[in-house]
Amino acid sequence: MKDKKKRNIICTIILVIVVIALINFANTNLDAYVVRILNLCAIYTIIGLSMNLINGFTGLFSLGQAGFMAIGAYTVAIFTLPLDMRSTVYYMEPMNAAIANIHLDFVPALILGGIFAGIAAFLIGAPVLRLRGDYLAIATLGFSEIIRILLTNWQSVTNGALGINKIPDNANNMWWSFGISIIVLVLISLLIRSSYGRVFKAIREDDIAAEAMGINLFKHKVMSFVIGGFFAGIGGGLYASLLGTVDPKQFYFTLTYNFLLIIVLGGMGSISGTVIASFIVTGGLEILRGFDEPLVIGGYEISLFRPGFSMVIFSVLLMVIVLFYRKGLMGRTELSWDRLFNFFAKIKAKFSPKTAKEGGAK
Amino acid sequence: MKSKEKVIDQVIDKNVVLRTENMTMQFGGVVAVDNLHLTIREHQIVALIGPNGAGKTTAFNMITGVYTPSSGKIFLQGEDITGVSPDKITRRGVARTFQNIRLFKDLTVFENIIIAKHFSMKSNVFSATLRFPGAIREEKRMREESEALLERMGLADVRNDVASSLPYGQQRHLEIARALATNPNLLLLDEPAAGMNPQETEDLTASIMQIRKDFNLTVFLIEHHMDLVMEISDRIYVLDFGQTIGKGSPAEIQNNQRVVEAYLGVDDDAEN
Repeated sequence: MKDKKKRNIICTIILVIVVIALINFANTNLDAYVVRILNLCAIYTIIGLSMNLINGFTGLFSLGQAGFMAIGAYTVAIFTLPLDMRSTVYYMEPMNAAIANIHLDFVPALILGGIFAGIAAFLIGAPVLRLRGDYLAIATLGFSEIIRILLTNWQSVTNGALGINKIPDNANNMWWSFGISIIVLVLISLLIRSSYGRVFKAIREDDIAAEAMGINLFKHKVMSFVIGGFFAGIGGGLYASLLGTVDPKQFYFTLTYNFLLIIVLGGMGSISGTVIASFIVTGGLEILRGFDEPLVIGGYEISLFRPGFSMVIFSVLLMVIVLFYRKGLMGRTELSWDRLFNFFAKIKAKFSPKTAKEGGAK
Repeated sequence: MKSKEKVIDQVIDKNVVLRTENMTMQFGGVVAVDNLHLTIREHQIVALIGPNGAGKTTAFNMITGVYTPSSGKIFLQGEDITGVSPDKITRRGVARTFQNIRLFKDLTVFENIIIAKHFSMKSNVFSATLRFPGAIREEKRMREESEALLERMGLADVRNDVASSLPYGQQRHLEIARALATNPNLLLLDEPAAGMNPQETEDLTASIMQIRKDFNLTVFLIEHHMDLVMEISDRIYVLDFGQTIGKGSPAEIQNNQRVVEAYLGVDDDAEN
C-alpha cells in the first residue's frame, strides 16, 4: 500500500517534469502550425471538461457551450483590444462610449469573460432547472442562437457581423494555453472529488433519491451549470486570443457538437477521457482536413474528395463509436497509475504466464 | 387566543411525531388517498397496509413532500410541513426508502452513504474545492460518521463495491443505511421486505427492531408481509381504495371484520 503510494507520487513528479519539458520543447522547436493545433487541443480540453461537468457528472443535458464560449471570447476580444486600434477595427460604427476606453490585461479579461458566461448560465439555469427533464437542452440551444444574434446586431459593442480582429495573441503560447488548461483540470478534479462533486453524481444517478437525502436539487444543478458556464467562458476567451479574431459565425451551435463528440468519445463522466478525446478530436479534425482537398490519382480525380468529405468521415467514426463503444474510451473511470500498472501487468501476463505469477507475488 | 390553543395542543401531543389531518390526494378524478388521519407517536413502529393501489405509497409521497396534498395538513412534531419540499423535510428528520430500490447505482456503497451527509456541510463549493481547513474538517467528520455507520450496519466489507453489484437483499439494507445516514427521527420504509425470502424477511424484522432501539427512531412502514407487520407493529392503518378501513393494534386489525373481508380474508383463503 505504502510502496504503491510512493510509486504513484514518483510517477506523478516524473510526469509533471516530462510535461513541462515537452511544452518547453514544443514551444521553441515545433513549427507554428503544430503549436497552434496543440494549443487548440488544450483549449478544447477546457471546454470539454466544462461540458462534461454539466452533462457527464451532473447528468444535465446542456447544449449551450458555444454560447458560453462566445461570451468569454467576445469579452476578451473587446477588453484586450489595444485602445489605439479600436477606431480602425470599429470602422462601421464607433465603439460604445461606455467601454471605449476600458482596457484590461489578458488574465483579468479572461476571468471577466468567465464571470459573464457564468452569469448567463445562471440566467438560463434559474428558470429552467426548476423543471425535471430535458428542457435544459432546448433552452440552451435557444440561448446559443440568441447570443449569436445578439453578437451580430449589437454593432457598437461587438462590431456586428464584421467581428473583431487584431486581438492580442496570448493563447498561442503553449505556457498560457496548457498552463490554464492544467489549472482548470486540477480545479475540476478537486471539485469532482469533493462533497459537492459526489452530490452532482448523485443527482445524475437518481435525482429523486438525491432529493430524499436532503439535497437541494435546484441549488446544486444551478451550481454545476454556472461553474460549467464559467469554465467554458474561460475556454472561449483563450480561443479568441488564439485565433486573433472573433466573429458571430464561429459560434454557430454546431460548434457545441465538437465538445459533445469529445465527451461522448472520452466518456461521459470521465475527466481523463475528456483530455484524451480532446486531443484525438482536435487532431483528428486537422488530419481529416486532407480529405477536403481534391485528390488526383493517375490523372483521374476522385470525386469524393471535396470540401465537406472530412465531416462525412468524421460522422461515420462517431457512429462507429456510438455503436461499438457506447461508453466512450474511458466510460466513467479515470486513468490512474494503479490502473496503468495493472494494465501493463496484464499484458505482461498474457505473453509470459510463468513470470507473471512471480511478479504478482511480489 | 390562537397561541394558547397551540400550546395546549403541544402539551397534549407532546410525543406525537407525525400527525396528518384529512390528508387527501386527488389525481384528476381519482381520489388516491381520502381523508387520512394518522397519529404516529414517538418510538412506535406503525404499519400502513392495504391491497395494491390502495394509496399507501401516495401517502408516503405526501408525507415526504414529493406530492403536495390536494387538501389536509401534515404536522411533524407539531409544525405544519404541508407542501414543504422533500429535501427540507429530510433535513427536518424524516428519512425514507423506496419501493423500487433507488440507490445511486454507479457509485460505491461508501459514496451512497456519505452523500446523505452532504446537507450537514456548511462549507461552500469554493472552500470544498480548494480544500480550505474548515472543509477538510467537515469532510473528515462526514467520512468518520459514514465509516461508523457502515460498520454498524455490517456493510464495511463491501464499502468499495458499486451499489448495483450488491445482491438484492443487501441493496435494500444499504438503502436503509443510507436513510439512517441523514440522522432521522422518523424513518419511512416503503415495502422493505419486498422480494425477500422468509429467512431474509426474518432478518429484516430483527434488524428493524434493533435499528429503532439503537437510533432511537420512530418507524412508519408499508409492507405486504403480514408476519412481519403483525410481529413488529404497535399500530396498523389499513387503506383500501384510498379509504381508511381500519386502524388499531395488530390484534384489533386481525379481528376487524371489514379488514378481514377486504384484505386479510383473501390471504387466509390462499393459505388454506
